[in-house]
Amino acid sequence: MILVTLPIESQKTAHIRLTLNGEATDVSFAPYKTLLEVLREDLGHTGTKHGCELGECGACAVLLEGKAVLSCLLLAVECDGKSVLTVEGLGADGKLHPLQDAFADLGAAQCGYCTPAILVTAKALLDSNPNPSREQIREALSGNLCRCTGYQQIFEAVEAAMIKIAGKTSC
Amino acid sequence: MRVIGVPRRRVDARAKVTGQTRFADDIFLPRMAYCKLLRSPHPHARIRKMDTSRAAAHNGVYLVLSGKDLPIEYGILPVSQDEQALCVDHVRHVGDPVAAVVAREELTAFEALDLIDVEYELLTTIADPEEALATPAPRIHEYGEEGNIHKRVSLEFGDVEQGFAEADEVFEDTFFYQGNTHLPIEQHASMAIKDPEGKLTIWSSTQTPHYLHRALAKVLQMPPGHIRVIATPNGGGFGGKSDPFNHEIVVAKAALLLDRPVKICLTREEVFYCHRGRHPVLMKFKTGVKKDGTITGMHLQTLIDGGAYGSYGVASTFYTGALQTVTYHVPRYKFQGCRTFTNKPPCGPKRGHGTVQPRFGQEVQLDKIAEKLSIDPADLRLRIAESSNAVTANFFRLSVVNLSECIRRVVKNSDWKEKFRKMPDGRGVGLACSAYLTGAGLPIYWNKMPHSGVHIKFDRGGGVAVFCGATEIGQGSDDVLAGIVAEVLGLETFDIRLYTGDTDLGPVDLGSYSSRVTIMAGNAALQAAERGREMIAEAAAEKLGVPKERLRFADKRVFDSAAPEKCLTFAQAVCNAEARFGTIGTMGSYTPPKSPALYKGGGVGPSPTYSYTAAVVEVAVNPATGWITVPKIWIAHDIGRALNPTLVRGQVEGSVYMGLGEALMEEQEFRRLPKKLSHALVHKFPSMLEYKSPTSLDMPEVITELIEEPDPRGPFGAKEVGQGPLLPIMPAVANAVYDALGVRIDEVPITPEKIMKALAEKKAGRTPRFGPNHFPKVNWPEALRVPPPWEGGDGNAVNDVPRAAKHNPEKEKVLSP
Repeated sequence: MILVTLPIESQKTAHIRLTLNGEATDVSFAPYKTLLEVLREDLGHTGTKHGCELGECGACAVLLEGKAVLSCLLLAVECDGKSVLTVEGLGADGKLHPLQDAFADLGAAQCGYCTPAILVTAKALLDSNPNPSREQIREALSGNLCRCTGYQQIFEAVEAAMIKIAGKTSC
Repeated sequence: MRVIGVPRRRVDARAKVTGQTRFADDIFLPRMAYCKLLRSPHPHARIRKMDTSRAAAHNGVYLVLSGKDLPIEYGILPVSQDEQALCVDHVRHVGDPVAAVVAREELTAFEALDLIDVEYELLTTIADPEEALATPAPRIHEYGEEGNIHKRVSLEFGDVEQGFAEADEVFEDTFFYQGNTHLPIEQHASMAIKDPEGKLTIWSSTQTPHYLHRALAKVLQMPPGHIRVIATPNGGGFGGKSDPFNHEIVVAKAALLLDRPVKICLTREEVFYCHRGRHPVLMKFKTGVKKDGTITGMHLQTLIDGGAYGSYGVASTFYTGALQTVTYHVPRYKFQGCRTFTNKPPCGPKRGHGTVQPRFGQEVQLDKIAEKLSIDPADLRLRIAESSNAVTANFFRLSVVNLSECIRRVVKNSDWKEKFRKMPDGRGVGLACSAYLTGAGLPIYWNKMPHSGVHIKFDRGGGVAVFCGATEIGQGSDDVLAGIVAEVLGLETFDIRLYTGDTDLGPVDLGSYSSRVTIMAGNAALQAAERGREMIAEAAAEKLGVPKERLRFADKRVFDSAAPEKCLTFAQAVCNAEARFGTIGTMGSYTPPKSPALYKGGGVGPSPTYSYTAAVVEVAVNPATGWITVPKIWIAHDIGRALNPTLVRGQVEGSVYMGLGEALMEEQEFRRLPKKLSHALVHKFPSMLEYKSPTSLDMPEVITELIEEPDPRGPFGAKEVGQGPLLPIMPAVANAVYDALGVRIDEVPITPEKIMKALAEKKAGRTPRFGPNHFPKVNWPEALRVPPPWEGGDGNAVNDVPRAAKHNPEKEKVLSP
């Protein structure tokens, strides 16, 4: 039997341990891969999308240590020991996150392709600023392109979730 | 009604907000291989030689395909079967695919593309329609009218010269509408397998699984019954996923040859090469009016840049002249359209398909007419708006028309009378209107079958499963089906299971294009649900001992309206009906009404009913920089009935957004490389960064009002909403810029640079305008002369053989996406 050299993509020589949606996770992958590719291809987390893989559309946003980042521009090897939150980790205890509920109820997701990234970006905003103005919401989401909604129902959904979250924490 | 008309969470919302909606590229299968396409770097060339042996020998490569493996031509329209999955010997635009590599890993496939040696012989590049008219050879295609003219049409409804003779004023204006693209966030992706029985299954981000099914059967020479097409939910379509695509055919072929799953996902750059977006159109409008604004005649000429393939282009050509008569009463109308081939990615249907460009011209010209006649532009439109149940000069039968109400609402909501010509310098408002089809009246290929079908299965647990070919592209087609069925059966949408966009499971629906799903799949669902309710009611009436007419279906129960305690749960009622009739399954289908437009070309434009929209846009323009901001937009849409108002509003505002992008920034532009390089014609910016589209920071506040008067043609009275509301935005912006600064921008997009040029013209005392000044000479064919209804016309051309006398079905392939 002749052993040929494997194509580079098959050489899963990189290895990291990260906290993915709250769970300690080990993964091996080809060292050149982005976090986006590792999430989708090596970890089966296809909720995070891609629209350009050049950092232009924002569809691949995830939270790294609580901050919104573009997973297509981040090498997975940089995420060793870090915490990553994707849309799959937004809900808890079998319930949707208030942002998810508001997006579903208020028409903020049409085709749903940009939605996962917008949801986590909005979460990062509300985590750091529980009471953002409409202008601050616009600013926070300005790196996430949406071709369906015209953004208005997205803004309204973020505001509805903001009120719901504020109501919960105050009582 | 408990479901219809109530703002509610769409049926597929939970999947979307949890990231569980499975788009085509989210499918991963065991043993899957990856496909990449080698694309032409030249805009126009012959393939002299190709050597794929080095690529085929590359470690990890399973298969290399080239043109000779898939030589059969296909295309969306029967009259334009001009594409090959991989070019055999002729490439027609930068990005035309010439070979495919399938490999164990995507990166390997990428690497192997570099190992394919192709020798090209460069041909003269044709960059735009004027070059195409002037350059009959080399021909981009060996078919078409002549040279590089793909399609020419000429239609005359009444003597338009007589119309001009009767006019008090005649206006002539030329306009240019630049091309732009759909830019769905999801890149096109497909996965094909040879299934365990040896048949083909393909999952693809397509808006038209039925047409892809037909194209695959043709190119692969397989019985359609052995092919299953599953349209995955589209991550945005807007018309850009409506053609059968080369990559879909390639992965299908590769999967069959390799007997393993093969996937492709295009890069963003490749999506720009797929294109099929808005045609660039040069237009000349000549319109005669009386002093009171009454139109006496209109002559419209369009010159259309089709790009490298036919795509929907023959239909697009007709569409650039079809709907001018549907908004305002035009008693005499002449339309001439010419589509040329050019060496650019093919244009096709984008939201508003072909009607957007002439709508821009017509609405801006009306603004000029209103000013010249000293009539308020809103009042002018109210005077000439078409009325319900009219038949237009070109024989389109209208149903409910609420255009006037739309105008009145936006005038009121925007405080128009206090703003128009009264705002300070640099600020202004503009108004425009539009109409759009609620579904194309004819199918793309000639047949007499229904345009949409629905099966409903009722099970003993009270479960209801709906099967339909309709394709969810984000617009909410699944929710339309679930909402209608739930309403009829007294259920909630959550009780309905949907199996859609799958050619194996559901009856044919022609696809998500021409704003046809709500009316066609919706009416089919309504019929199937009503048939099911009828059977369940008949059996329940016997069981409960009450007259059938007294039974009501609500709250998951079937009950006597006179004595609600006499009832069955819905599940009991289904079991009861199954005991009475046997297994319960019902079917519904929908075929649009026959159109009175019998002349050749009359197949493009008829629709069961039309939606109407009016919009007012406010702008603030900095006269020093030309920079435009849009603080607010008011829009009113004649929807018939909003089945789910949350989704309807989303469609209106999404259309406004996309229209604003076209108005201000979006353009599919090309440039020639320097002579010392190849002088090739290339896409100026095939990236999302440089192809500008509005972000959350650019989007103004939108005040949406829905005008609801149920249309008898629509399910529960509903009309379309996905496309119509886009149309008035661009002309309303142009008219607002004029109100703000007194300069006309007769071209889209309206950029600061163009505004500065127009302001310079104004300052120099010349016509304060930016836009095209000429329309080239086109060798038009003799017009088909169709007397309008009020001149005794019967819908046929007087100088052509009447339709009824024709026996050649090939000639009757009427096209109408």
